[in-house]
Amino acid sequence: MPKQTVPILKQEEKVFQNLEGQDDWSLAGYKKRGGYKGLKKLLTTDRIKHIEKMKESALRGRGGAGFPTGMKWSFMPDPAKTGKPSYLVCNADEGEPGTCKDRDILRYDPHTLVEGMIIGCYTLAAKTGYIYVRGEYYDESSRLQQAINEAYEAGFLGKNIQGTGVDVDIHVHLGAGAYICGEETALLESLEGKKGQPRLKPPFPAGYGLYGCPTTINNVETIAQVPPILKNKLEWWTQHGRPNNHGTKIFSISGSVNRPINVEAPMSIPLKELIETYAEGVIGGWKNLQAVIPGGSSTPMLNKGEAGKVLMDFDGLREYGTGLGTAAVIVMNQDVDVLRVMTRISAFYKHESCGQCTPCREGVGWVYTLMKRLSNGEGTVEELEQLQKLTKKIEGHTICAFADGAMWPVQGTLRCFKDEFERRIEAKEEVA
Amino acid sequence: MTTVAITPMNEQQHTGQTPKTLGLNLVWDKAEKAKVKSVLAKYPKGRERSATIPLLKLAQDKCGGWLPVDAMQLVADTVNEPYIRVYEVATFYTMFNLKPVGKFHVQVCTNCACLIRGSDGVTKAVKDIAGVDSSGATSKDGTFTFTEVECLGACVAAPMMQIGTHYFTHLTEEKTKDILNHLKEGGDPLKYADTPNAASDPLHNGDYEEHV
Ligand code: FES
Repeated sequence: MPKQTVPILKQEEKVFQNLEGQDDWSLAGYKKRGGYKGLKKLLTTDRIKHIEKMKESALRGRGGAGFPTGMKWSFMPDPAKTGKPSYLVCNADEGEPGTCKDRDILRYDPHTLVEGMIIGCYTLAAKTGYIYVRGEYYDESSRLQQAINEAYEAGFLGKNIQGTGVDVDIHVHLGAGAYICGEETALLESLEGKKGQPRLKPPFPAGYGLYGCPTTINNVETIAQVPPILKNKLEWWTQHGRPNNHGTKIFSISGSVNRPINVEAPMSIPLKELIETYAEGVIGGWKNLQAVIPGGSSTPMLNKGEAGKVLMDFDGLREYGTGLGTAAVIVMNQDVDVLRVMTRISAFYKHESCGQCTPCREGVGWVYTLMKRLSNGEGTVEELEQLQKLTKKIEGHTICAFADGAMWPVQGTLRCFKDEFERRIEAKEEVA
Repeated sequence: MTTVAITPMNEQQHTGQTPKTLGLNLVWDKAEKAKVKSVLAKYPKGRERSATIPLLKLAQDKCGGWLPVDAMQLVADTVNEPYIRVYEVATFYTMFNLKPVGKFHVQVCTNCACLIRGSDGVTKAVKDIAGVDSSGATSKDGTFTFTEVECLGACVAAPMMQIGTHYFTHLTEEKTKDILNHLKEGGDPLKYADTPNAASDPLHNGDYEEHV
């Protein structure tokens, strides 16, 4: 029997009170948990005040890049001046290997997102919001659509919401299987019915986004966190996490742990505590740990020593040359062939490159080939050096961050497991 | 759902000829027209092209799980774009099948978390039952198509696979075999699926249907 989760966060401290699906997902259940309470007040408060409070909360985007949400929102022009509609687009194209938090929000607590979209649209003076969900989440989107329908029926969506004069419509848009569409400008292209190839920035979406109109794109978790941040006292949010890293966060803990889980925990929690408290520890105990990928496949791995010390927030992970990313913690113990896993991740990037920039289209494939040879012990010492150099030639030479994200894990592997690569090269030579 | 027969003409799809020159002509039936209308209603006037992906999905369902050229032409006509604009989208996204697939399209995630938790066993079970040896292959009797896919976002329930719209999680080699045999015998996928009870269809907000 799995042990009971240690409740570090009390229920009322959580944004996602039904993340594990133990309770009713529907409008009735969400309202019982306090949802939609105070919505009317928020829709009649000056929207500039909301942006100010978001800035004070120091909420940083939960989709990977960690950009301050309040600041992003402040870039949006006033539609009265632009004469164009503004849009809020929710990025639910969750595809970063290891990441699966949005799926549980959509199927177990979809109203957190719906309420966030309503308040978000109001704050950005957008009358229409799109939720771009990865196409594979078909059943999950169905659940989300039901939640939206419920909200319409209850008068939380549509024209003149709760008599406030605010109009908001939300539409679900399904993707069709392309990791790159998680990149915000590729997502917009895809939403416009095109191939998902990132746009050159600037112009940024706040100036020229969906259909050439001012647009803000935020991750599911980020948008869902907005209502409770605005409704509660600032301290409710800032009591967790270090300055500039405040709040709570969903961590997806997968791989070699006793109980893989999606869990909302305070930011800045030590990685070791996170794994031992919520995921019931590494299989075979902490001593059996080999490496941890801390924030989804794009973030460089940590070795066991580092994993025992690091704090799980944006700045804490940066100190170790990696990042919080999507906070998808992938644990690998001694039973795992780390080089095989990392080669598989390189294969993923090869498959998902959109093909627009040459260094990425060609280079990511080369990197995969080298990774494969080296991890099978077929490579040479020269190739090992070549691989390192190659990653540096690709990183930073493309129009979006995809290629960087494809190179970082390889660089991380070379840093932590260079001796293992060498051992395999030698072993092969001996056989020959 | 109307099943489009795989005629020799359809088999020589994607050879550079547009369906118009091939003389093909597929149309939406009445029920589909209503769905198309509600898909288009999500986007502003003049932005019909936004409906390309959802309409390709409808078209794929209509054709039994894949996109023959005339299905793409139908979508192109519906959104007022040239055929090539739709074709390039259909080839860009992995969920569109440009070749027929089996009755059950079994998509196994072999990415990091699933690999660590034993996707090798899942892959083996699927290959054994379907009698195929590589990704993309369809069993002789047309029951199963096996495809290796990238992370499907259920990593804490790894290893996993998707069949139709449903996720099957916490798999083992044995459990995978049980599921496939169950489906082959016409069993209800929901017996094993780890999926919300779907009621309204996210594409067009009408009734939910089972998908290939
Ligand atoms: S790695 Fe298989 S679902 Fe994410």
